[in-house]
Order: sequence, then C-alpha cells, then structure tokens
Amino acid sequence: MSHPAQENAINAGRLTRILIYTVLIFFVIYYLLPLWVMVSNSLKTLDEIRGGDMLAPPADITFEPWRQAWSQTQIGVEATGLKPYFLNSIIMVVPAVLLSTLLGALNGYVMTKWEFPGVNLIFGAMLLACFIPFQIVLIPMARILGMLGLAGTLGGLIMVHTVYGLGFTTLFFRNYYAAFPTELVRAAQIDGAGFFQVFRRILLPSSGPIIVVTIIWQFTNVWNDFLFGASFSGYSSTPITVALNNLVNSSTGVKEYNVHFAGAILAALPTLVVYIVSGRYFVRGLMAGAVKG
Amino acid sequence: MRDRFQEWVPRIVLAPSFAAVLIFVYGFILYTGWLSMTNSRMLPNNDFIGLANYTKLFGLKHWHIALTNLAIFGVLYIVISSVLGLFLAILLDQQIRNEGFIRTVYLYPMAISFIVTGVAWKWFLDPGIGLENTMHQWGWESFEFRWIKDRDFAIYTIVIAAIWQSSGYVMAMFLAGLRGVDNEIIKAAQVDGASGFLIYRRIIIPMMRPVFLSAFVVLTHLAIKSYDLVVAMTGGGPGRATEVPATFMYSYTFTRNQMGVGASSAIIMLIMVFSIVVPYLYSEIRHGEKQK
Amino acid sequence: MASLTTKNLTKSFGTVEVLKGIDLEIDDGGFLVLVGPSGCGKSTLLNCIAGLEKTTSGEIRIGERNVEGLHPSQRDIAMVFQSYALYPNMTVRGNISFGMEIRGIDKAEQERAIAEVAEILQIGDLLDRKPMQLSGGQRQRVAMGRALVRHPQVFLFDEPLSNLDAKLRVDMRTEIKRLHHRLGTTIVYVTHDQIEALTLASKIAVLEAGYLQQAGTPDEVYNDPANMFVADFMGSPSMNLIESTLVEAGTGLAIVISGHGGSEITLPAPDTPEMRKHVGGPVVFGIRPEAMTDPDGADRTSPRIETRDCFIEVSQPAGSDTFALTPLGGKECIARFRADARIELGAFAPVSFNMTKAVFFDPITTDRIR
Repeated sequence: MSHPAQENAINAGRLTRILIYTVLIFFVIYYLLPLWVMVSNSLKTLDEIRGGDMLAPPADITFEPWRQAWSQTQIGVEATGLKPYFLNSIIMVVPAVLLSTLLGALNGYVMTKWEFPGVNLIFGAMLLACFIPFQIVLIPMARILGMLGLAGTLGGLIMVHTVYGLGFTTLFFRNYYAAFPTELVRAAQIDGAGFFQVFRRILLPSSGPIIVVTIIWQFTNVWNDFLFGASFSGYSSTPITVALNNLVNSSTGVKEYNVHFAGAILAALPTLVVYIVSGRYFVRGLMAGAVKG
Repeated sequence: MRDRFQEWVPRIVLAPSFAAVLIFVYGFILYTGWLSMTNSRMLPNNDFIGLANYTKLFGLKHWHIALTNLAIFGVLYIVISSVLGLFLAILLDQQIRNEGFIRTVYLYPMAISFIVTGVAWKWFLDPGIGLENTMHQWGWESFEFRWIKDRDFAIYTIVIAAIWQSSGYVMAMFLAGLRGVDNEIIKAAQVDGASGFLIYRRIIIPMMRPVFLSAFVVLTHLAIKSYDLVVAMTGGGPGRATEVPATFMYSYTFTRNQMGVGASSAIIMLIMVFSIVVPYLYSEIRHGEKQK
Repeated sequence: MASLTTKNLTKSFGTVEVLKGIDLEIDDGGFLVLVGPSGCGKSTLLNCIAGLEKTTSGEIRIGERNVEGLHPSQRDIAMVFQSYALYPNMTVRGNISFGMEIRGIDKAEQERAIAEVAEILQIGDLLDRKPMQLSGGQRQRVAMGRALVRHPQVFLFDEPLSNLDAKLRVDMRTEIKRLHHRLGTTIVYVTHDQIEALTLASKIAVLEAGYLQQAGTPDEVYNDPANMFVADFMGSPSMNLIESTLVEAGTGLAIVISGHGGSEITLPAPDTPEMRKHVGGPVVFGIRPEAMTDPDGADRTSPRIETRDCFIEVSQPAGSDTFALTPLGGKECIARFRADARIELGAFAPVSFNMTKAVFFDPITTDRIR
C-alpha cells in the first residue's frame, strides 16, 4: 500500500475532480457515520437519545454511560460492567497470540529452510485449515475440551485460538522466510550454528515486520472472535464480544442505548488503537490473508 | 550423534502443529461427518442412521430459509462489495490529496468485530431511536425505514452492515492491484490514443482478474461463515427471517438438541466453502510453483 | 591444509540425478576450479563437499578424514557464497566473529583473529558497519574475511565474483590469486566463467550434465580437451569445431573441408591407429581461433603451418586483434588476425593453420580421437 500513486490518473477537468472528491468525501462520511453515532450517543443521556436526533452531538456531555458500561451495568446475572470480560479477553488474547505466532514462525522456518519429504503436503493441509467454517469443529471441540477438563475455561479458549490460528501464522512466516536468502542459513551452518541458533541469531533479527503483521492479525482475530467465545466460554471466562452481545441483546430491563454504545466502543477500542497505530502492518496482514500460495 | 539429532529437530518442531491440525481440523471434520450420520440429540451417540439427517435437513423449512437468506446475502454482499471496492479504489488512484487518511477511514471497519458493527447498525437502523426517528426530528415526518423489523427486508439490513464492514478491505485489495499495474502498459495505451476511463475499462480492469478472484473467494468465505453479525443485529429474527446456515447449525446443535441435524448442516457448509476455496488454492499453488 | 578427494560421488534430488559418479582429487594447497554451464551440478558438488547437501552415495575425504555425515561446521572448511550471505543484522565485526562465538572462543582471541584478517584484507575501517552500508567489493572482502578467520583446511568459493561489475571482478580475481599464494590453503572454486577458471586454477574440473568431462591443468583442458564439450566450453571465442571428411592421401591421412561456394580445402591429419579407424567417414576438426591466422601472424616456432585460401565474409576488429569469419564445414569459423592485417571482405585470402594445435573428435561420441 505504500507504493506511490502512479500515473494511471485520468487527466480530468476541474469539474470531474470536484466530482471525484465529492464522492470520496461522501464515503468518508458513510464509513465514519456509525462510529460517530456510537461516540456521540455514548455521551448522551438516555432521555436525550430517546427524544432526539441520533446524529446530533450530545447536548450535555455525560460520562455516566461509560462508567456504567465499564463497571456497573448488569451483564448476565451480575452487575459488574464489562470490566471483568475485558480482562478475560486480554488474558485469553495474549498467550494465544504469542503461542500461535511463535509456532507459526518455527513452522515457517522449517518449511522453507529445512525441507524434508512431505513438508509441502503438511503446508497444504495447514493452508486449507485456514478456511474451514468453524461450525464444523464446534461439536467435537466441545467434547475434547470437556475431556481435557478445559470446558468453560480461559485455558480452553487459549488452546482453541492457538490451534485455529496456526494455519495463518504458518502461512505468513512461510511466505516471508521463503524470500529469506538460504545462503545466510548455510553460512551460519558452516559457522557452526545449529537449528535453534540459526533461527534465533539469523532469522529472528530480520523478522520484525512479519512478526508485527502476524501479531496484529492474530490479535484482531482472537479479540474479535465471537463464535468460539459463545460456544466454549463459561461463567468466568466469557470474552468481551460475548459479554457485549449479552448486554445488548438481553431481553430484560430498559434498553440503555448509551451504555450499549459505550460498551461497543470499549470492545472495539483495542483493535482500533492497534489499527490506527500500525495500519500499514494491519493492511499487509489483510493482503497476505487474501492472496495465498 | 549430534548430527542425527539435528536432522530430526525440524520434524520434531513441526510435529506438534501438524498433529494439532490433523486432529483438531481433519479429525474433527471426520468426527462431525460421522455424527451427521447418527441420531445424536443432546449428546453425541453412535446410532448409525445413514443419510437420514440430510434428508431431514433438506426437508426443513427452517433450513430453506437459511439457504435462501445466504443466497440473497451472499450475492448482494459479494457483488456490491466488489463493485464498490473497485469504484473507490479507482477514485482513490487519481492522485488524491490526503489519500492516506481516506484509505484509513475506509478500512477501519475491518479492524472491529462484527459484534460491534452489529450493535452500531442495529441501533442506527432501529426505527425507534435511529435513522427514522432522526429524519422525523429533522422534519421529514413521512420518512419510513423499518427494514430491520420487517420479515421481508431484515436480511437486507445485514447486507448493509456487512458491506460497510468489508468494502474498504476490497477497496484496499483493488488499490494494491491498480498500483501493481505496469506503468509502461498504461503509457503504451496512451500512445495508442486511449485515455481516461477507456484505459480503465479496456486495459486496467481486465488486468484485475486475479484481484476479483481473490476478493470473490475471501468474501464468499466470509459470507458462508457469517454468524456474529446476524446474532448481534437481529438474532436471526424477526422470527426466523434472518436465519442463515451458521445460526441454524448453532441453534440445532446447542439449543434444540438435534446434534445430528446440526452436524449435517455443518458438513453442508464445509462443502460449500471448500468447493470455492479448494480450486482457488490449487490454482494459486500451481501458479506459484510455475513461477519458481 | 589438506588434500580433497571425492570417490564415485552421486547426488539425486528425488528421481533427478544431479551428480553421476564424480571422481576428483586436488592436492594439498591446490586450487581446483569447478566449471560448467548452469545446471551442470557444480554448485551441488560444492554443497556436498561443504556438507550442506547430503550425498546419495560415494565418498568425500578432506585430508585423510572421511567427512561423510559430518556437520558442515565440523568439516574444517570455510565457504564464500555468491550473494556473500553476510548476516544483515550484524556488523562486519559480528559477521566475522559469529563462528568463533558459536565455537566458544574467548573474546581476546576473537579480537586478535579479527584484527589479523582485517589487516590481510584491508577492511579495518569497515568493522563497525552493517553489510547494507558496504559496496559490492567491500562485501566480497568481508565474506572472505569471515572464511579466512577460521583457518580452514579447505576454502570453498561459490561463484564469488559473479555479482561484481567487470572491472572489480578482474581486481578481485587477482586478489584471490594473491591470497591463495600467501596462505597456500587448498581452494575449491565454482564458476561458470571459463576465463576465471583458466586464470585462477591449478586444476580445472569441467562438469556437464552431472558428469565430470575432464579434469586437468588449465593447459591440458585448454589445449588438450577430452571431448567436444570441453573444447567448446573453454576459451573465448571458443574453438572452431569443423565438420570434415577423413581420407587417405598418399602415405598419410588428410581431412577435406567444404568451404565457400563449393570450394574445398584439404589439410594433413595425424596418422594414428585411432584416426585410421575413421578413414572415409566424418571427423570433427577442432582448431582454436589463434591457430588460424594471417600468414604473417602465424606462430613461427610451429613446425607445421599449413596455409590455405579461405573466403572471408565478415571482420570484427577487437582492438588487439581482428577476428575474421570464414565459412568452413558449413559453419562460420573464427580466425584471429593481427589488428593491422589487411582484410578484404568477400574475397579469398590466405589463412595459416597451425596444425600442431589441431585436435580431432568423433562426431558420434563427441570424444577425442587421439
């Protein structure tokens, strides 16, 4: 995405350019609108939302909905706010991301620099696994987690996310290391470096960009996951996406829209921050995830 | 001694991941396949009943609704996202000032979860407090937009939200593709006297075929797997009006205690995804090999 | 320092046999150049010697030691790669000391060794730079420094000069030769450039399609090629390989070559038992351009100069010489005239053949007829 704009540009008159900018700005508004709605309404009182204009900025800014969403609102049976679920998500995301990234890096290293017969078949199997609809594994996974005593625990979720993240992390590192000069590995071998020394001293120091891409990709996917969270989490291990959905779609009580919006922003905040801070790497991950092989 | 060990290290390192994928993906597919041929209810059992679950599945009105919805959702989502994505990419490719900012805005929805997207659009399209109410406030008293509450139209609101979420992504794919077009080809076309949109229509867009293919595969895959967005926006309702295969599978398996039928629906979903993805990956990998 | 021997070495990748029984020997302190077109197996052979590829069968000995199954780092070799393979994340100093660090050599000793190679290669002022900041020639020196610091039994070079521009390549060639002279270490050097092979080697091994075509001194390989492939591959411009017919002429043998427009020339051929077997049939007459000259430019020390009229089609002045193209045996042949020789195009001119340099090949087997 960092390529310079090239001269595909149409030599257009002023009018056309004004039209182009108008359309582009229209879509800027379209994409920002839901975010604006969430932010402005999360700062309004419930009365103002009910009686008023959703697109208008808050008349009286109140942070009460945020406080409610974070630590007070009722989710399920307890009035804890989203805080514990936010923490659950963090406890789940960090090890799942680190583990799957590390394993992906090692797998990619083996698949490109230590090929042995059958390695491409293994890669094919892992690549295809990226695309299964996860519905296909829900039933057996629930059983296995039960057998391992991990049902309804964060440990179980960590395992699930690590396993189903492996395909993509391996793909990322494999494609990256495929372009890494094999002669460097050979030079290091002649210098006496073993399998892990080559990895740690030669490949890892040059893997910065792909590590960032992979971590962002995995972080986004695991944080935003709903299906596994809904299927395998228990009372004390519910991640934030599931908690948010419970909050918004609970059929009892008054609908506190402002609290819902504040909660939605809270749930979106970590990945949004990552995107804004390192958008370039995020896009690279998306591209790598789309164009395979 | 050390050398023999060194030779085995790579295999030992790869083994856990391979074993995990073998069991947790392929083993599980087989197990679900087996369950789909048993009369498992709340818990899995091993009473083999052949393809009875599939017969039952395709006799269910509920499943037909889910498939119809998937077809409507899938076609609109894929077509509109692709067209919109390509359109925006072409506009952004015209040496636009602040391109970086605009790109960032177009793409950010991809960073947030479908649940959040669902919440935002659910209330934004809610007649009581959302768009309709706002228009009334602005003085357009006759404005009516209550699709999300309407059995016949609710599925289209999901399309709207899904397009909002992923069209920026498609835009980014096309933009990368446009930037990859060889400058000299465009210059050659200009020398030939072609200009402006003609170059796009005749030269550049036809060269985007691989991007169309990638976008198609990614979007199809997302469409068939879509679960979160439906749950967050409509919960499959009103009634069952927005049920899709993913929600169908979940409810039959875990809340209606018809695990056998749920498993068979999961297998159908797998077949749908693989029939798109496998040929694609195969051709991509073969293409990659050729390039070597 | 040690000798190096390979015995009946084979290597297959899957069903593809890349090396088909290579027997090679280089003496202690020798400079062996493996040369051949790309895909001939020369780099694979080098990698097998280094231990980077496992051999399929056969034996490699460094000194008296069979190195089969030994890790590359335990073979007492050092290698310079085509891309130099400098670790991008380390400084020049780090690149040179990495191997010593892995082997657990103490810091002071490392510093001493680095200083030594830095002095030999004059890279002292580059030690704290990263490879990215170096020019091609400097990278080349660092790569050699990394190899040098190990004091190996055998140096392996894998096309080390192919990434340099023409001028630098000549400089580095001289440098490598000087280094070899100074250190006296056995070197195995892979290149596809036959000039590099001729200038550097004490022994050249010509490989093609996984077979060793010929191994010998540069002089042997150049003047006494074992087959048509070697004759054609070594030397630039390459040897003229001219189709001819071998006939009896009086008491001896002669070859008849078709020339321009139905003309023919006849040249005497050596009368040996092997040659006699081909009488009446086709043989390939091989002669290098420098043995086909204008009469005034002919080698006066040669006892057997034969001068014939040949039709000159094109001339290509090349500074020190002028190449004249003449059709012989249905092909354009190159003769090397003095730069100031007067050449008239489109006419017959006398050409002197130095028959002491002539070689003959069997057109079917492509082997030499002696």
